[in-house]
Amino acid sequence: MSDVQLWTYIVVAITFAFYIWIGYTNRVRDTKGFYVAGQGVPAVANGAATAADWMSAASFISMAGLISTMGFDGAIYLLGWTGGYVLLALLLAPYLRKFGKYTVPDFVGDRYYSQTARLIAAIATIVVSLTYVAGQMRGVGIVFSRFVGLPIEWGVVVGMAIVAFFAMLGGMKGITWTQVAQYAVLIVAYLIPAVAIGVVLTGNPIPQLSFTFSDIVPRLNAVQIDLGFKEYTQPFQSKTQLDVLAITIALMVGTAGLPHVITRFYTTPTVRAARYSAGWALLFIALLYTTAPAIAAFARYNLIDTLQNATVANVIEGEKQNIYELVYPDGTPVTWATSWQRTGLLAFYDKNGDGKIELRPGAAFQGRNFKAPTDGPNEVFFDNDIIVLANPEIAQLAPIVIALVAAGGLAAALSTASGLLLAMSSAVSHDIYYRILRPTATERQRMIAGRTMILIAILFAGYFGINPPGFVSQVVAMAFGLAAASNFPAILLGIFDKRANTAGAIWGMSVGLVFTLAMILMMKSNVIFGTPAPLLNDFMGISAEGIGTIGMILNFVVAFVVSRMTAPPPQEIQELVESVRIPRGAQVVEGAH
Amino acid sequence: MTKVATPPKKSSGKGAQGGGRRGGGRQEWSPEKASAYWKRNLRLIGVLLAIWFVVSYLLGLILANMLYGVRIGQLPMSFWFAQQGAIFVFVILIFVYCWLMDRIDKEFDVHE
Repeated sequence: MSDVQLWTYIVVAITFAFYIWIGYTNRVRDTKGFYVAGQGVPAVANGAATAADWMSAASFISMAGLISTMGFDGAIYLLGWTGGYVLLALLLAPYLRKFGKYTVPDFVGDRYYSQTARLIAAIATIVVSLTYVAGQMRGVGIVFSRFVGLPIEWGVVVGMAIVAFFAMLGGMKGITWTQVAQYAVLIVAYLIPAVAIGVVLTGNPIPQLSFTFSDIVPRLNAVQIDLGFKEYTQPFQSKTQLDVLAITIALMVGTAGLPHVITRFYTTPTVRAARYSAGWALLFIALLYTTAPAIAAFARYNLIDTLQNATVANVIEGEKQNIYELVYPDGTPVTWATSWQRTGLLAFYDKNGDGKIELRPGAAFQGRNFKAPTDGPNEVFFDNDIIVLANPEIAQLAPIVIALVAAGGLAAALSTASGLLLAMSSAVSHDIYYRILRPTATERQRMIAGRTMILIAILFAGYFGINPPGFVSQVVAMAFGLAAASNFPAILLGIFDKRANTAGAIWGMSVGLVFTLAMILMMKSNVIFGTPAPLLNDFMGISAEGIGTIGMILNFVVAFVVSRMTAPPPQEIQELVESVRIPRGAQVVEGAH
Repeated sequence: MTKVATPPKKSSGKGAQGGGRRGGGRQEWSPEKASAYWKRNLRLIGVLLAIWFVVSYLLGLILANMLYGVRIGQLPMSFWFAQQGAIFVFVILIFVYCWLMDRIDKEFDVHE
C-alpha cells in the first residue's frame, strides 16, 4: 500500500468516526427535532451547514475543471450558484422562518389553503431532490474508488451506511451538526492545495489576489492564442450570450427554490438569525467559489506549461491506453501525469511522433477510446475532474494533503446527499403521509414514518448510485430549472402578493413544471429516450440548462393573471401573509401544530 | 384545510397590543404601521437587488464585450465581475440587508 493510500484510510476513517460520533450525540426523539433540528441552530452554524449542504461533489471536484475548460463562460456556475443566496436572504428566508413550519410544501399548502397545491409542491420537491441525489451517491463511490481503491459499488454502500446512521438517528439535528463538521473538512481540503499551487506559480499565498493581480492570467491568455485557442478571458466562446444569461438566471433562482436549501432556514431560532445565516452561508460558499476560478486558471496554465516543456521519455503499451512517461527539461519525471494516465482521466497520443505532447483545440480521441486518435492536431484528453484532484500532486504536496482532498470530496458528497435525502423523505412522511393522508397520526407514528422514509430514500439513492441511468449527469443541472419553474414563484408570490390564491398557484406551478420538464425531455431526448438526435435543439436560443428561466416567467405570469381572475384568498390567509412579513413572534407557530 | 398559524398580533383591530412575550412598553400596532414597515422593507430590497443585478448581470454578462478592454488588476473588468467581484458584492449585500433590517425592526418595534 502506498503512502497516499495509507494516509487516505487514516484521514477518511477519522473523519467518518467523527461524523458518526456527532450523529450519535445529536439523536432526536420528536418530529420538531427530526425535521427542523428543534429550531435551535445558531446563525453561524446554520450558515456552515447550509454551505456544506449546498456544495456538492460537483462543486468540490468538477466545478474548477469545468471553468478551466469554459474560461469566461464558467461564470454561469460562479454567479448562478452564489447569486441565489441574495434572493433567498432578501425574498424568502426570513418570511419562511416566521411561518415556522417544517417544509416547502407546508408553506405552499397552508398559504394557498389547498391540499392540491401541497401535493404539487411535495411532488416537485421529490422530483428535484431525486435528480440531484443520485449524482451525489455516485460521487461518494467515485471518490472511494479513486483514493481508497475500493470498488465504486462498495464505496456507495459505505456512504449509504454512514448517511443512514446519522440521518435516521438524528434527523435534521444530526444532519445539521454533521454538516458543520463536513464544511470544515471540505473547505480546508479545498484551500490547502489552492494556496500551495498559487505559491508555486505566483509566489502569492492568497489565490483570489494572485488571480487578479499577478500576471498569470495574461500569460495564460497569450499561451492560449499561441496554441490556437481563444483568450481564456474572452466571453461567450462555449455558449451564446443569451444562453449564458438564461442559464445564470435559472441556476440562481433554482438555488433559491431548492427544497433542501430552503428547509435549512426553518432551523434557526429567530427570523433575524435566518437572515444572518443566509449571509454566513454565502460567505462560507464564497470562500470556495472565489478560489475555484483561481484554481481553474492556475491549473490550466500549469498543464499547458508542463506539456510545452516536457518531452516523452518512454511509452508503455497499455490495454486501454498507452502510458506516456514525460520528463521535464532537467530530466526529472512528471510523476502526476503518469499516475493520472493510469486512472483513465488523462490520456496522451503523440500523433506526429515528435516526442512532444501537444494540447490543441478539438478532440484528441474518438470518444473515450484512447487507442483511436482523431485526425485533429490535439494530442491530449483530460477529464475536467483532474484539475482539482491532481492539484496536490502537481504542487508536490505531502501525501496527507492528498488524503485530505479525498476526505473533502467525501464530505461534500455526503453532506449534500444527507440534506437531499431528508428533504425528499420529509416530503413523503410529513407532507403527504401526515398533512394529507393521516392528519391524526401520533407523534410516534410520524417519527416511525420519518425514519422509514429516510431509509427507503437512502436505498433508492444508493441503487441509482450503483446503477446510474446514463442520463443522470446530463439532468442534474436541470434540477435547478425545475426548482426555478415550480417552487420559487409560488413561495415568492405567497409572501409578496397578498392577492395570490389557490387557483393561481396551482396553475402557475403546473404550467411552469410541465413546460420545463417537456422542454428538457425534448432537448435531451437523445440521451433519455435514445432518439438519434434531440427532438428540439433549443427554445429561441435557450438550451435545456437555461430553460427553467422561461418556465419561471411562465409560472409568474400564469399565477398572477389567474389570481386576478378568481376570488381573493380568505381573510385568515391574508392575515397569515401579514404575520409572516413581521419578525416578532417567530416561535409562536409551534403551538398551532 | 389544516388550521393556519395565528400570529400573536393581527393587523386588523386598532390598538391590538403587540408581542406580549416581553410584556408592556410596546408601541401600538396598526395597519398603517404594518404597511409603512413593509414599504420600508420593499424599498430596501429594491435598492439591494438593483445592485445585485448591476454587478452580476450588467457589468459581468450584458456588457461583457464592451467592458472587456477595461482592466481590474490584470483582468478584463467584465471577467473580474463575472468570476470574482460579483460574489464579493453578494456577500456584502446580504450582511447590509441584515444590518439595516435590524435597525428598521427596532425602529418599528418588531424585533425579536
